[in-house]
Amino acid sequence: MDPVATPLSETIVTTWRADFPILQRTVYDKPLTYLDNAATTQKPRTVIEVLRHFYSTLNSNVHRGVYYLSEQATEHYEAARRTVQQYLGAPSPKEIVFVRGTTEAINLVAHCMVRTRLREGSEIVLSHMEHHSNIVPWQLAAEQTGARLRVIPITEQGELDLDHYEALLTERTALVAIVHVSNSLGTINPVRELIQKAHERDIPVLVDGAQAIAHLQVNVQELDCDFYAFSGHKVYGPTGIGALYAKRRWLETFPPYQGGGDMIRQVTFERTLYNEIPYKFEAGTPNIAGAVGLKAALEYVQALGLDTIATHERTLLEYATERLQSIPGLRIIGTARQKAAIISFVVDDVHPHDIGTFLDREGVAIRVGHHCTQPVMSFFGVPATSRASFALYNTLEEIDRFVAALQKAVAFFRM
Amino acid sequence: MDELRELYQQIILEHYRNPRNVGELPDATHKAEGNNPLCGDCLEVALRIINDHIVDIRFRGKGCAISQASASVMTTLLKGKTVKEADELFERFHRLVTGIESPSAQPGTLAAFAGIREFPSRVKCATLAWHTLRAALQNVPEVTTTEE
Repeated sequence: MDPVATPLSETIVTTWRADFPILQRTVYDKPLTYLDNAATTQKPRTVIEVLRHFYSTLNSNVHRGVYYLSEQATEHYEAARRTVQQYLGAPSPKEIVFVRGTTEAINLVAHCMVRTRLREGSEIVLSHMEHHSNIVPWQLAAEQTGARLRVIPITEQGELDLDHYEALLTERTALVAIVHVSNSLGTINPVRELIQKAHERDIPVLVDGAQAIAHLQVNVQELDCDFYAFSGHKVYGPTGIGALYAKRRWLETFPPYQGGGDMIRQVTFERTLYNEIPYKFEAGTPNIAGAVGLKAALEYVQALGLDTIATHERTLLEYATERLQSIPGLRIIGTARQKAAIISFVVDDVHPHDIGTFLDREGVAIRVGHHCTQPVMSFFGVPATSRASFALYNTLEEIDRFVAALQKAVAFFRM
Repeated sequence: MDELRELYQQIILEHYRNPRNVGELPDATHKAEGNNPLCGDCLEVALRIINDHIVDIRFRGKGCAISQASASVMTTLLKGKTVKEADELFERFHRLVTGIESPSAQPGTLAAFAGIREFPSRVKCATLAWHTLRAALQNVPEVTTTEE
C-alpha cells in the first residue's frame, strides 16, 4: 500500500501525537517507536493533567465526608462511573463496578459464580485463545466446586470453531467466558452471535474486553452480554483502574466479593447488611484518582471518535501486514478475517527474544514472548512470538522504522 | 549497535548457528528440564557421570541465541570435568553475567557472555542452561528460572 493512500491526513495524527508527552522522548538516542499498545497504551496530557489536578485540588475520600472536598471527590468519582456507563452503553451506572482491571473483574465474577452457580459437574466454556487471566480464575473456581472447563477450539487462521462451540453448550454449561479481541492473534470474535447462542439456552456470558475497549465501539446492550470486563490502562487511562459491567440481576443476586468499608449498610458482630449495588462490590477506599483519570481517557477517545481511530488503525494494520510479508521466512500468527491492530509473527532462524532486544536498541518497543496465552503458542507450535500492536498515535513512518529494524535484525542473526 | 555486538559476540553467534552436543543422551545418569517462563523457552540437559566425572553431556530444546549458545558453550566446557569443577564453573558464570566478576578472570568462551550484564532482561536466557545443569546434578527433574 502506498502511504499517501491513507484515508486520514497525516496532520490529524500529528496533532494526536502531540497530545502524548512520552512520544517526544528518545530511547538510546533514537526516537521512541512504541508498538506495545496491547500491553499498555500511553497517556494523553489530559489524563496526566486530570490526575495532577485531582491530587492538587480535590483529594479526599469518597462516600464518607460531609465536607466540601469529600463531596467534590465523590461527585467526580460518580461522574466517572456515568462516563463508563455511557461509553459501554450500559442501562444504569449501578451496573458499573470499579475494579483494578480486567483481571480483577473476571476474578470477581468467578468468585461470585463459585458461591452461587457452579457445582460438581458444571461446565465453564471458554476458548483456546483466552488470555491466562480468563483461564486461571476459572480453573480456581473449578477446583473449588468440581466444575470443569470446556474449550472452544481455534482454526489455523486463529478463528473460533463456531460449530464446535454450539456442541459445547449443554444443560451443564454454567457460563461462557470469551475474549472479545485476542491479545496474541488480534482476532475479533463474533461475540454477539456467541452470546445469542448461549442465551438460547439461558447461559450467561462474560466478555473479556481488555483488547477491544480501545479499538471497537462496544455497546453492552446490543451485545446483550451479562458481564463485560476492561482495564483503563489499555484505553489511554491510568493503571490500577478498570470496570466490570454486569447486568443488574446478577449484581443483585451475587454475594459480596470482598468485605470491608463502603460495601456495608450496617455492621454488628452478629451480622452485616450490605450496601446497594454497585457499592456492595467496592470494599475499601477505591482508586478515586484512577477513576477520574479513566473518565478523562474515555472522553479523549470519544472526542477523537472511535470510528476515526479505527479507520486509522486499519490503515496501520494493512500497511504493517503488507510490509512484514516482504521479509523472507516471516510468518504471521493469526490471520483471521476480522482483526484488530495487532500482529503476531515468527521469523525462521531468529528467536523473538533476540528480535526484541535488537529492536529495543533501535528505539522500537514490541512485545516478545507468549503474551500470557500459552495455549495459543502450543497450538501454533511456537514457544513465543513477536508482537507489534498499534494505537491511535502510531504512524506509517513508525511502521517503516519497525520493519527496517526488523530487516536489520534478521540479517544480523541469519548466516 | 556496539552494545549489541558486545552482547552477540561472534563466538555466541557461532555457537547459536552450530550448537555442539545437541540431542538425546540415551545412557544419561543425570537429567533435568529447565523452563524460562518469561519467554516460554525450555531446555533439557542430560549428563553421563562416572566416578564423579562428566564423561558426556548433551542438551536439547529451542531458545534464543543467548540461551542456545550458552547451553552449547557450557557442554564444551564441562565434558571431562568433575562435578565439583562443574559447580565452580556455575558460580563463575553466574558472577560473570550478573557483573560481580570481571570477564578477564574467565576462560575465553565464558568471557564472551560478559556483555549480558548490560541487558538485565536477558540474564535469565544465559543462565537457563546452567540452572538446568545444577538441577540435573542435584537430581531435581524440573527447574524454572523465575528468580535470578
